[in-house]
Amino acid sequence: MALQGNLRDFSVTKLLNLIHIAKKSGTLTIQGPNELASLAFLDGKLIYGQRGDEGGRLISILRYNHLLTEEQAATLQTRPEAANDKELGLLLIHANYLTQQAILQSLHKYLNDLVFRLFTWNEGIFQFYLGILPPDDRITVRIDLENLIMEGARRMREFEQLQEEIPNLDYALKFTDRPDARLRNINLSVEEWRVVSYISPKNTMRQIARANRLSEIELRRIVYGLIQAGVVEILLPEGLPPPPSLAKIQPMPKTPEQAGLIKRLADRIRSL
Amino acid sequence: MQTVKMVVTGPFNSGKTAFIRSISEIEVVSTERKISLEVEKVKETTTVAMDFGRITVDDDLVLYLFGTPGQKRFDFMWEILSEGMLGFVVIVDSSRPETFREARFILDTFRAYAPTPYVVAANKQDAPEAWPVDDLRIALKLDPSVKCIPCVANDKEKVKVILLELLGGILQEIETGDKS
Repeated sequence: MALQGNLRDFSVTKLLNLIHIAKKSGTLTIQGPNELASLAFLDGKLIYGQRGDEGGRLISILRYNHLLTEEQAATLQTRPEAANDKELGLLLIHANYLTQQAILQSLHKYLNDLVFRLFTWNEGIFQFYLGILPPDDRITVRIDLENLIMEGARRMREFEQLQEEIPNLDYALKFTDRPDARLRNINLSVEEWRVVSYISPKNTMRQIARANRLSEIELRRIVYGLIQAGVVEILLPEGLPPPPSLAKIQPMPKTPEQAGLIKRLADRIRSL
Repeated sequence: MQTVKMVVTGPFNSGKTAFIRSISEIEVVSTERKISLEVEKVKETTTVAMDFGRITVDDDLVLYLFGTPGQKRFDFMWEILSEGMLGFVVIVDSSRPETFREARFILDTFRAYAPTPYVVAANKQDAPEAWPVDDLRIALKLDPSVKCIPCVANDKEKVKVILLELLGGILQEIETGDKS
């Protein structure tokens, strides 16, 4: 074992930078708050990844990217080729069901999503096993870490912003009491529906994230959208004042005293 | 911390998201979705709940920019977003005259929600088929007192001009008590 520690002391960004710069080959495993993930690298490039116990296999990746239905995935699992991802890939290509390009794109997307998810982990035990690579039957790709690290850093900034808006996940959510709100036509994504289905004064946002296997940033992004859409609001424990960032934006009284405020806004915009 | 907000509205695909992206200091929190209606497939995604951008003035003052969803079936969001707004910008795609009538409708709707100052941004002025601002003003039946300003939403400097014009209008209203 070449390297081990806690993400608190050595972040995912630093780990990936190290692997990239030192062109390391091996497997990084991270035991996060709710799940296990592993990434494999060859000469500093990301070649393979796995989330949880079943992730990383071609069937689950294609399923993850909606390239297979649940029934198709179940049928494929019964085929002898399912034990070997390369053979399974060939089977799908020869059956004209998927092209090689589509399979590789699917693997890229799965790995990118996995890495971006890891960027949001602030806590977790990591271990880097030098020279350990995925089994030969797995399909590997080669992804340059530089762009992934840059995009991950951008997403971290977004995460910090969302954290500012929803600072505490230990509060519950409740549906807004707005008899005038015309919410019947609202369109929610699958993830949003999953969160909505758990909304109850008994469930904290952290519990909802855990139940849906969502990362903190994914949960915050969804809750933030729902709050802004007027669908839900944060249920504060009794006696606590609302967080300042969630206080409702009040109409500004148009008094002469507010002229100074408008001038400050104008000065700031000019300076941008 | 005092927070104030402005709303950026306009018809579908007029450039509201680009407008906010150009000026926001944060990555715009966007709620875009793939477009499902064939007739609206001018672009791949559209805003369904709101776009959200921020400009921090100092430790005590933050300006939020809210972009409204462009598709009509999400118009229930408009009133929610208009609550407490300082003023609003109506973005019009100068190159798509078929959207002018809807732009006028949106303008009137937001004026009904709150009689706050507003400006009209004649967007996509860099497009070869864009209507000149004067023609657009006639097409939208704008009162001569309403500011209609040429705009390219991807150009930060042009966006700054629009926001400064709006702030100028708000300041004038405060100073004169004019509610027109």
